[in-house]
Amino acid sequence: MKNRNLQTIIIAILSYIIIQLLMLFGIINPYLQQIICYAGIMIISALGLNLIYGFTGQFSLGHAAFFGIGAYTSAFIIKLANLNITFYLIIGIIAAALLTGVIAFIVGLPILRLRSDYLGIATLGFGIIIKVLFDNADAVFPIMGGSRGMLGIPPLTNFIWVFLVVLISVIVLRNLINSAPGRALISVREDEIASEAVGINTAKYKTLGFVIGSIYAGIAGALYAHLYAFLHPDNFYFLKSIDVLLIVVLGGMASISGTIVASVLWVFLLEGLRIVLPEAILDWRLVIYPLLLILIMIFRPEGIFGKREFKFLKYREQKQK
Amino acid sequence: MSYFLQQVINGLQLGSVYALIALGYTLVYGIIRLINFAHGDVFMIGAYLGFYAVARFALPFPIALIIAMLGCAMIGIIIEKLAYKPLRNAPRIACLITALGVSLFLENFCSLKFVFGPNYLAYPRPFAVTNYNIGNVVISNIQIIVFVVAIVLMILLNIFVTKTKTGMAMRAVAFDKNTAQLMGIDVNLIISITFGIGSALAGAGGVLYGIAYPQIHPFMGIMPGLKAFVAAVLGGIGIIPGAMLGAGIMGMVEVLTSAYISSTMRDAIAFLVLLIVLIIKPAGLLGKSSIEKV
Repeated sequence: MKNRNLQTIIIAILSYIIIQLLMLFGIINPYLQQIICYAGIMIISALGLNLIYGFTGQFSLGHAAFFGIGAYTSAFIIKLANLNITFYLIIGIIAAALLTGVIAFIVGLPILRLRSDYLGIATLGFGIIIKVLFDNADAVFPIMGGSRGMLGIPPLTNFIWVFLVVLISVIVLRNLINSAPGRALISVREDEIASEAVGINTAKYKTLGFVIGSIYAGIAGALYAHLYAFLHPDNFYFLKSIDVLLIVVLGGMASISGTIVASVLWVFLLEGLRIVLPEAILDWRLVIYPLLLILIMIFRPEGIFGKREFKFLKYREQKQK
Repeated sequence: MSYFLQQVINGLQLGSVYALIALGYTLVYGIIRLINFAHGDVFMIGAYLGFYAVARFALPFPIALIIAMLGCAMIGIIIEKLAYKPLRNAPRIACLITALGVSLFLENFCSLKFVFGPNYLAYPRPFAVTNYNIGNVVISNIQIIVFVVAIVLMILLNIFVTKTKTGMAMRAVAFDKNTAQLMGIDVNLIISITFGIGSALAGAGGVLYGIAYPQIHPFMGIMPGLKAFVAAVLGGIGIIPGAMLGAGIMGMVEVLTSAYISSTMRDAIAFLVLLIVLIIKPAGLLGKSSIEKV
């Protein structure tokens, strides 16, 4: 077990050094660096949805709303207090995590009684309500800009921040799902009635999964706000929740490795195709990816990774029979 | 008071369009338990077919309506055959995500330049607009047509589902697919017919929406589609009168919110109603709550 943690940390440090070196030699330009940061943010957000949906089995289409709440919270506090030092991003992240956690708890408590499709449509409704509130937020807080968008957010997010948060998110999630509460989450997904019968408080664990997953989204949102220094309510529309859902499903539900790979692939494909494809067929980009999605659902519904994990992400060695 | 009555009429107009879309959702959900997210986009295609029939080929309105309905029925059946049929026995989430995929595909494919193009188009009025004054309330002939067409289609649907043999087969499949198959019903054919009918209604809704709110674009189907789905859930999904009731309520809530609170808040209020109904009575207004069997 100790060994595994060590292995994870070594791989993390190695990949960090490699990317830093590439930056040092100028192979990774600022544009690429921004995309790498964005991929990291998507990883955090998608891990949160994977916890809610992949591990706990609660279908949520409101993920972008929590992402947005985190983004606006952090941007609001940092901009209001005028904290222009990179280190103070921690304040924004903590505030974002707290607020999304509290909202997820308040919202989750009543609506998590619903099942599958109904839960999906309820969370979707929540997402649309939050987006409308963002649109009209300038009536109460002029600084949030409402439907004109929020400008002038201090750009504090850098690669080190994103890397650290991704690392912590992955380790926390991995350890969580291998703990007793994590097993309870998985049992809720497998069979709610049976888990209730063996004494698992399903309502409690569903809420726990939902709250932690939403906090992930909130933290990712905080990083996002300070990466692009501009927020617009359209960035948190429910279609963005669907993007995250697609990442989770493409990577493989209940697979941390799958989510990481799919997030990176997703961001780089969307951005990469923008550079590679000629102007004339650029529009086809958005036609190809839903097609890809349909084909994957028909021919490989379990996603790229299924439930498999990279070795260094497994909690302990599986014994050979 | 007359202002209120005027808003009620506007609400009925919007509600009738929502009802036509919501019926497709409800029919499909009743039979294969799938939220067909692409339904809103079929509605959009219906609006465009009607647009081309009226604007490019100068066809009279009834023929444009029929063309849109037939075209949408075909598209609905093709979507079902290509995308949903291979997933008949897959987990529900796979179907749901495929539906989202089909929806995104239709939206983005239709905004390509050689299909419909990404721009907003002004919808031609197939006839002159005349307003009738009843007391202080104004009713236009467009509103009357929207309302009448919607009601006639709903009555036809009701007769079809309750009186004909195919309708009976549809209800049987909705009740229990396997038993229906054992009784000699061709389940795949019935599913295709259901998709066809639902999509045709959405197509009609698209044309009516086009003449009532004369502007169309490839992403116009998202919000009406979602709201119609909410309407179907509100009334109790899978129940045909429920969809009509829910759509009426949704149209009314939306119009009254715009009139009395703020038009930017109407989406929020509409979905707030949904959340409240789901929390208090998850099976919908007309639905029976099912007992969980172990």
